[in-house]
Amino acid sequence: MTTTTTTPLQKFTVPVLLLAALAALCFGAQSGMMNLYVQSVIMFMGINIILSSSLNIVNGYMGEFACGHAGFMAVGAYVSSILSVWLFADDAVFGTAVLSPSLAVWLFPVVILAGGVAAAFAGLLVAVPSFKTRGDYLAIITIAANYIVKSTIENVGAIGGARGFMGMGRVTKAMDASLPLPWMMIWVFAGTVMTVWLINRFVSSTQGKGIIAICQDEIAAEIMSVNTNKMKIVAFMLSSGLAGVAGGLFAHVLGYVNPGSFTIMKSTECMVMVYLGGMGSLGGSVLSAVLFTLLLEALRPLQIIKWVVIPLMLVLLMQFRPEGIMGNRELPQLFPKLKKFYKFK
Amino acid sequence: MALLEITNLTQYFGGLCAVSDFNASFEGRELMALIGPNGAGKTTVFNLVSGFYQPSEGSIVFGGVNTRGMKPHEVTGLGIARTFQNIRLWHDMTVLDNIRVSQHYHLGYGVADNFFRTKRYRQREERIESTAMEVLEALDLARFASELPKNLPYGVQRRVEIARALSLRPRLLLLDEPAAGLNSADVEGLISLVRWIYDNYDIAIWMIEHQMQVVMNLCTWIKVVDFGSTIAEGTPEQIQNNPDVIKAYLGDDTI
Amino acid sequence: MIESLFQNILNALQWGSFYSLIALGYCLVYGVLLLINFAHGDIFMVGAYISFFVVTFLLGNFGLIPGLPHWAVLALAVPLVMILTAGVGVTLERIAYRPLRRKGAHRLYVVITALMCGLILENGNLALLGASRRNFPALVDETVITVGGVNMTVLKLAVIVVAVLSFLFLRKVVVKTKIGMAMRAISYDKFAVPLMGIPVDTVIVFTFVLGSGFAGLAGLLFAMTYPVLDPYMGAMIGWKAFIAAVVGGIGSIRGAFAGGFLLGFVEIMVVAFFPSTFRDLIAFTILLLILWRKPTGLFGVARRTKI
Repeated sequence: MTTTTTTPLQKFTVPVLLLAALAALCFGAQSGMMNLYVQSVIMFMGINIILSSSLNIVNGYMGEFACGHAGFMAVGAYVSSILSVWLFADDAVFGTAVLSPSLAVWLFPVVILAGGVAAAFAGLLVAVPSFKTRGDYLAIITIAANYIVKSTIENVGAIGGARGFMGMGRVTKAMDASLPLPWMMIWVFAGTVMTVWLINRFVSSTQGKGIIAICQDEIAAEIMSVNTNKMKIVAFMLSSGLAGVAGGLFAHVLGYVNPGSFTIMKSTECMVMVYLGGMGSLGGSVLSAVLFTLLLEALRPLQIIKWVVIPLMLVLLMQFRPEGIMGNRELPQLFPKLKKFYKFK
Repeated sequence: MALLEITNLTQYFGGLCAVSDFNASFEGRELMALIGPNGAGKTTVFNLVSGFYQPSEGSIVFGGVNTRGMKPHEVTGLGIARTFQNIRLWHDMTVLDNIRVSQHYHLGYGVADNFFRTKRYRQREERIESTAMEVLEALDLARFASELPKNLPYGVQRRVEIARALSLRPRLLLLDEPAAGLNSADVEGLISLVRWIYDNYDIAIWMIEHQMQVVMNLCTWIKVVDFGSTIAEGTPEQIQNNPDVIKAYLGDDTI
Repeated sequence: MIESLFQNILNALQWGSFYSLIALGYCLVYGVLLLINFAHGDIFMVGAYISFFVVTFLLGNFGLIPGLPHWAVLALAVPLVMILTAGVGVTLERIAYRPLRRKGAHRLYVVITALMCGLILENGNLALLGASRRNFPALVDETVITVGGVNMTVLKLAVIVVAVLSFLFLRKVVVKTKIGMAMRAISYDKFAVPLMGIPVDTVIVFTFVLGSGFAGLAGLLFAMTYPVLDPYMGAMIGWKAFIAAVVGGIGSIRGAFAGGFLLGFVEIMVVAFFPSTFRDLIAFTILLLILWRKPTGLFGVARRTKI
């Protein structure tokens, strides 16, 4: 309810906690307390949070069955990588850096956002057919879109084709050189917080609840004055745009990208995270992304059997708790007492 | 100018003619009924008026605007709201949210306002919430505001659906079999609710109903359709004694 | 020029036959359960592996039995492979899908389960048998016959003939037989059907037997044509066949059959005129455009929503 007043405690808990977490991460990375492996796991955790919560908009809140999330991730990854290499690094294909590499620190978020915007427009590829089509047919369109994106990248020789695209390492080095901080950690953290914050604002507003109405009864939504086509465009573009942001961060954390990273398999991973956490629960998506990342690392010694164990777990989950870890509830609904201590909006 | 003017409305589904040459008009505030046997094309007329189907032929003019080619949400924005034969609430959303989402046409803010929680966003959301609560209070539903519709009794769900339609501030309210599935006590309640709405809002009401008790009690004008065409219209008394109507409902076998 | 056109048409017919055979399985299961059986492509892969083991066994390469002549191996392998693969499909249905159906779970949960079962089959196979590719032993004479400049082999023609016969057979089963009628009835109303005294579970098992059996047959033919097997071969071809089934109009046997050949033609023709890396790009773009124009597919019928 909007009528309740906010206490100072509620107001400051979340920002203080987030700042403390960021400070701890920076300190840990800088002082060498966390080795590179731990750092990269934490960064992948953040990227997975972005992926799962953004896919949750379409697959959870709107109730569609989109299975091509990796395609949009690829668009974001390539657009931001090409931009950052073109702008800040000397490259065999793109020539010398257009801008001074020292600007990389400040313009990096712009580059990542540009990747997100490009991915959002790629999202139109599935948003427009979704006007008329739902369910299984839309699932196909998303799969086809994923293949089309991947296949397009493979066929453009200038950006490395199937071999992949490199050079982002030089950009991250340039950022390090101008100010010695664990920059990728900071950007991934910022991107994750921004994503969760944006999605939370969107789905808690009257406007965003329009997509939940589409999920529950599309005809009623249309007749009760929800512009369903517009809402679908907004939902798909937001979802794919954030996937693009995740892709951009992913590319820069790794230092290289290749089309093989963005297959249906990757899309499946995103779906696993959404359904593991619970459709229509943002908290669930965050939690499941964290768990999933840890699980992947914990099962690493199993090698290929890992990919038998994880699907098996999801099969069992579907049998015994199909609504996912959180159902479609959020943290304060599960623990009402928590409301006293924080407010996230 | 008439509020609603339907001329020569015709609708085909494949080879089937669901509505043929249907005419109707609302001069202003009226309480009209549309009756007829099952499958007569009544709901199809409502679906056409609310923009869910595009008519094969004929025109629907509401408040001087021809609704041909308009999407349902645009038609609703003109001031036509409706309820459904089978209740179509959003069952996993609270009653209050059901009403709030129905304010989408009057949203008045964009995605950017939403992300940055601008002043406009806050003002509009407050307005939406107060409108929603007003409607709920007026229909004596405020105590259910944070309940999920699926947990409410059937009669209450019907009232919530009517509240949701009313919250759109329509000039014409279409009620599709509002008394279906209600027990006799609920039917009494429904009759007084519809009368109360009619008396307290500047609104025209058009209802499809099978229960003659409701129709005869409330409506001042009745149209009877069968096999897609109008077979009679008039005041309740005229309809009660019309031989064609009796034939449509009871068959024409002479005893 | 004209010869190369005929050659391409022949290749497309053969390539489309595989898609069609797999798409038919998708279509059968979807037609009855409204379930996209995402594991179907992997059942095809399992079928190919089963063929490998059955054929190697019958040839006496494992040393358990003395080798049989090639024609006898083939004659025994076809039914054996179909039965064993059908067994895999039915097992999947029994342990994964049926409990969910009994609970009345949301359709989506079953779809996710299917997707995951596919992954389990793929990676389970990889874990069990290792990453080394298997070479399928040659069973039929590979002599190339040239008729009017068009090269063909007996196998190529056999694949096309088998696909067409399978289509005719399945169509007959679904349209003419009593159990086919029950299959169609379940897709309309799965609550009313048991009340009419139709054993739903039996019908569903039968559907899986048919679908998986023909996936096994496709696996055998595929392994004979392209004699290198790997665990991920089913995923790609399965996704594509599924897309073909949807473009044809999922749930329609005719649609699945036509969609499979359409996809085969598009792919072969793209490769004939463009670099082969463009195959997926152009093929999927064309399919997307078809769905854009005709959202229910070529032979699909839109179900009208009632309000």
